[in-house]
Amino acid sequence: MTENPSHLPPSGPFLSRREALQATAAAAALATWPSASEAETSAAPAGAGTSAAAVPAVTLTMTVNGRAHTLTIDPRQSILDVLRETLNLTGTKKGCNQGACGACTVLVDGRRIVSCLTLAAMHDGSRIETIEGLEKDGALRPLQEAFVEHEGLQCGFCTPGQIMSGLGCIAEGHAGSPEEIRFWMSGNICRCGAYPGIVAAVADAAGRM
Amino acid sequence: MFPFVLEKTRSIEDAIAAAASGARYIAGGTTLVDLMREEVEMPDRLIDINGLPLDAIRIEGDDVVIGALARMADVAANPDVQRLQPLIAESLIEGASPQLRNMASMGGNLLQRVRCPYFRMLDAPCNKRSPGSGCSAIDGLNAAHAILGTSDHCVATHPSDVAVALVALDATMRVRGPEGERSFPVEELFRLPGDTPHLEHTLLPGELITEIRVPGGPYSRRARYLKVRDRASYEFALVSAAAALLIEDGVIREVRLAAGGVGTRPWRLRDCEAQLVGKRPERQAFAEAAALAPQGARPLHHNRFKVVLLPRTIVRALEMAGEVA
Repeated sequence: MTENPSHLPPSGPFLSRREALQATAAAAALATWPSASEAETSAAPAGAGTSAAAVPAVTLTMTVNGRAHTLTIDPRQSILDVLRETLNLTGTKKGCNQGACGACTVLVDGRRIVSCLTLAAMHDGSRIETIEGLEKDGALRPLQEAFVEHEGLQCGFCTPGQIMSGLGCIAEGHAGSPEEIRFWMSGNICRCGAYPGIVAAVADAAGRM
Repeated sequence: MFPFVLEKTRSIEDAIAAAASGARYIAGGTTLVDLMREEVEMPDRLIDINGLPLDAIRIEGDDVVIGALARMADVAANPDVQRLQPLIAESLIEGASPQLRNMASMGGNLLQRVRCPYFRMLDAPCNKRSPGSGCSAIDGLNAAHAILGTSDHCVATHPSDVAVALVALDATMRVRGPEGERSFPVEELFRLPGDTPHLEHTLLPGELITEIRVPGGPYSRRARYLKVRDRASYEFALVSAAAALLIEDGVIREVRLAAGGVGTRPWRLRDCEAQLVGKRPERQAFAEAAALAPQGARPLHHNRFKVVLLPRTIVRALEMAGEVA
């Protein structure tokens, strides 16, 4: 799983850092689990916790970035957990996991929410959009372009959440001035302090969209 | 996370029956999921009530009626709410982040738990979380805590902004439970901590908030919510004030006032209101009335500033309300 296929080498085996880490983690998990087949079929993710007690699984459908999924999940999983652990869409970041930082922001049925604070099992039939769904045929959305142009990032960890929240902010009509953008983007925390670039990017994209 | 059973319902009767037998309601989940993950709250059964038809916002005569499952963001953006009850809209927008306002329900907002850090600190005594264990805040880091309505057992503030506006505006709420339906003032939902701080509200077992009714008054449109906090947005109030004014012939005819961030529940300021009626809407009169607000305050080591900040916030909120065209 890579975010940008254009960065793949033309041929031959390729393992991203993330895939390598996941492979290592999977191997470690397999070492302690009874069998490989059981590990492969289990839907219980690491994010659901370590309790050994059985929890009845929940089956639901979810459309993520335009693609329908039928999922059997643990009711303890948040939407964030399902995106990252079950669907391997790791663009959405787990920051505080308490709803305070905004790194996990996605659009659910067109509205921005923090995906860490909502149980996925409560969203049967929902339409979810994540950072992975924005780019179309190699073209970035105007807000993504604006983040690049205005250097709205340093480490980049908050960027997916900032961009998804910025899309919401613009769609809601709250990007009329830098002050308004700051207020309506306040649910997204950036530890690098890239706020000036972020505000400029949202303002710029609001004018273009 | 610990294991729990999650059930869905589309019937109010089924939801109430489940809750009466020990299940917890879950709507937006913005507080409950967080507290469950921290194992501060450990319900073994949840009832997802989002399928219930309780999210409408409607106008009945002069009243704005808000379904308990209406989302904070939808209520704040509703044109009727903005027109008829701007204090409700403003207090909602000042509460939480846009993402949380898109999730959180009005009923859940009123029932949210305290934000005292010791409540979430499982290794610290907290009478709210573990009755009889003691209060870590009384001699701890208590700058954000209450000065009014406190007891020797708990000094946590009620964190809701819109509850302050609802209490100021004499809003009522309708609830349904195993014994039927009843209505009462929103103010009566909230209990003072006394020696039972773990009991925060007056709902009976299984009772479900169905709607909130905000009566219209001639003062409703000249109304503002001022929230003073450590940063300009997305932070709980140090002190907040909800003020609504009716001025006729240059004199205050009616006024509604309540404060947040200072009380163990949303704090209605009736003595200040009484003092203002018949006065000219001027700073001097505002200041004299606001000086009554900290009556009975029991400040703690780190929050003495609230005794001074509270009247100043009220004065400014009254000035802002008076400026509304």
